[in-house]
Amino acid sequence: MILVLFVTLLVTILLLGPPLDKILLENIRTQVVDQVNESNLKFQNPSERQSYVDKQITYRTSILGLNEPWYSPSKLYTRFISTMTLDLGKSHFFTTDAGSSNVRDIIFEKVPKTLLLFTSSTIIVTVIGILLGSFVAARSGSIWDKINSIFAIFSNSFPSWWVAMIMIFLFAFTLQIFPARATPTTSPSDPSYPINLVYHMLLPLITITFVSFGAWAYIVRYFLINILKEDYISAKRTIGISKKRILYSHALRNAAPPIATSVALGLAASFGGSIIVEAVFDWPGMGKLYYDAIGVLDIPIIIGLTYISTLIFIVTIFIIDISYAFFDPRVKTF
Amino acid sequence: MVISGLNLIKHLISSPTGLTGVVILIFLLSLSVYGLLFVPITAYSQWNNPLYWIDYPKTAAPSWTNIGLGPKLFEHIILNANVANITTGYIEGIRTISHRYSINIQADSFPNDFMFTYSAKYNAIPPVILINVLRPDGEKFDLFYSALPASQGFNNTYSERIFSTDKIIKQNLAQYKTLVNWDVNFINPQTMLFSELNKLEPLKGDYHFSLTFFLFDNTSTIENSGIILGGNTFGLMGTDDLRRDLAIGIILGSPVALFIGLTVSTISVTIGLIYGVISGYRGKRTDESMMRVNDIFYALPALPLLIILSITFGRSIFLIAGFLIIFGWVGTAKIIRSLALQIRTFQYVEAAKFMGQSDLRIIFKHIIPQLLPLTFASMAIAVPSAILGEAALSFLGLGDPSIPTWGQILHEANSADAAARGIWWWILPPGLMIAITGLAFYLIGNTLDSFANPLKNYFRKV
Repeated sequence: MILVLFVTLLVTILLLGPPLDKILLENIRTQVVDQVNESNLKFQNPSERQSYVDKQITYRTSILGLNEPWYSPSKLYTRFISTMTLDLGKSHFFTTDAGSSNVRDIIFEKVPKTLLLFTSSTIIVTVIGILLGSFVAARSGSIWDKINSIFAIFSNSFPSWWVAMIMIFLFAFTLQIFPARATPTTSPSDPSYPINLVYHMLLPLITITFVSFGAWAYIVRYFLINILKEDYISAKRTIGISKKRILYSHALRNAAPPIATSVALGLAASFGGSIIVEAVFDWPGMGKLYYDAIGVLDIPIIIGLTYISTLIFIVTIFIIDISYAFFDPRVKTF
Repeated sequence: MVISGLNLIKHLISSPTGLTGVVILIFLLSLSVYGLLFVPITAYSQWNNPLYWIDYPKTAAPSWTNIGLGPKLFEHIILNANVANITTGYIEGIRTISHRYSINIQADSFPNDFMFTYSAKYNAIPPVILINVLRPDGEKFDLFYSALPASQGFNNTYSERIFSTDKIIKQNLAQYKTLVNWDVNFINPQTMLFSELNKLEPLKGDYHFSLTFFLFDNTSTIENSGIILGGNTFGLMGTDDLRRDLAIGIILGSPVALFIGLTVSTISVTIGLIYGVISGYRGKRTDESMMRVNDIFYALPALPLLIILSITFGRSIFLIAGFLIIFGWVGTAKIIRSLALQIRTFQYVEAAKFMGQSDLRIIFKHIIPQLLPLTFASMAIAVPSAILGEAALSFLGLGDPSIPTWGQILHEANSADAAARGIWWWILPPGLMIAITGLAFYLIGNTLDSFANPLKNYFRKV
């Protein structure tokens, strides 16, 4: 598993290579030109100055190893380190609230907001999904079951960010219950900030929950129904354990491992979706930054965000894999 | 048991979900064919060129919103010489050509603006144009009277638009100030022209516009003319901020979506099939290492990497299809591999092996035909995610800039804050199209899947 994690990071970084090179070269060029402008060097004519600048640039690129081909080990190593530590220089267009234009500062300012939205929606969806899924599994074939299945199929084919736009239209424009922009209106130091933040977070949260709980319930129902057919369940029933207890305690626990796998994949899909949902709602997280950075093609920010989201994604899958061992003692992850 | 294509289709149509999917798919296909055959190719290439759409209204609602009770909004009107009543005559020895347009107006609001267009071909002496209007209440307003600019050369064709904000129109309308009973000072030309005389309300009825050209030699001709009354409703689906007809955008988006969906799913499922079969059939270390590679692809987050790929390599529709394939084959490979592991142990496969047939031959002759029906089901199920992937990229502003897609329409709607401004006709149709396209393939795929599992059929037969 750890191996997979590292190889994934390596692949990502290899992909990020060409644009990263471009940025570094650009940085060197501006640095050299700045230094020449500031120093007291005197040149006879423009071409002499140009040749001096060119020489400096080639010198520095060779020191940094930028002239080497992409597969050279030393270059891969340095790139690995600089991406891992988010040492990506400065953004051209964005700053933090405090005014820093360092890529690392900008991204770290946004990550908590994304995690807040993503984690809270995941928890809500999990709870609703498990409860609803076991509710319909106990009544398979009933009208509730059918409604849930149809809803799951529909909510799967709608793009979540489109639902987000419809939600803004319904709740912000027509009913005017929630604000259209999810950016909090008070400053973080204000005592009412947490309330303001939650109020602005509600509409994105409702949207993400609404889009994903149907599919969740469907998955839970699918695995539960299979388990409820097993012999040991009917045996438990004959012993006299109540139907509810069997459903929520025995069956659900046995269905947990396959559910966890499907959920890992579902989370993966919804993570990409919630990035775009953020952009639609103007929630000040990574997704919004992504959207804006793509709009002005701010490459350092885009690379940093890709790296961080890859990391979050892999860590999520990793945690779910470990939780396997908790649900199913037969599985040993390590 | 080998499942024939005819059999599959029969089964598909006999189940209600499959039939729904097929019906939606036929609708989408006919929409695509209609788009490719009947929508002018210029609308396709000029989609992002604002000049092409200048005759259309800005952010107009669909015209069917006027049906029903409540005040009627002004419906956008575009007329050209094809519907004009063209007469030729002589006034004091000067040849005149007059284009008369009759327009019945029943709206409860004023138009936003109006515009006259003409295009004339003349030599040395420029023609003179006179525009006037006969209103339903019998008043006749002269709007515009001017000579065309001096000829630039022999047989010069001159095209021009006269806007309602034109100085000459304002001056001309000012002479009728005394006719009306309300304060004219701040009134714009379109209100003056279409209002009742005694109160500031739209005057309903037949308006007769006439564009009369005075021609001073025999060779001059009038090639075209037109009237555009800028309204608030237009067409089947309205227009966006850049005046583009959204109905055309929706129609043009469907072949693109089908192309992306079908190519990506076909290619990626085929790759997944071959990869999975080889991995499952060979087993042991080959299987182990191939599945590790599969795991790595599994652990890659698709969207962030798609973003990076399209920024690094470009945004053409074919490249985007390629990027989606990179992430598309993984799931199929896993499923197919688990099935191939079981099919490998079937007796006829082992028999073929003992007969000394080569591995390749066994894979392509004996294993893959068993898996084909399931592959078709997987292809159908893979379509929605490909379409959603392309739409997501387009929505982020990374779509192919030369082609209108549903995702791009939504991207522009979002950039223009359409949701918060209540422009629902800009948001609803593209998203619904994405959803029903996905739904159609999903339904078809699910129906096929329940029918096509090879193991089920094998055991049923035995």
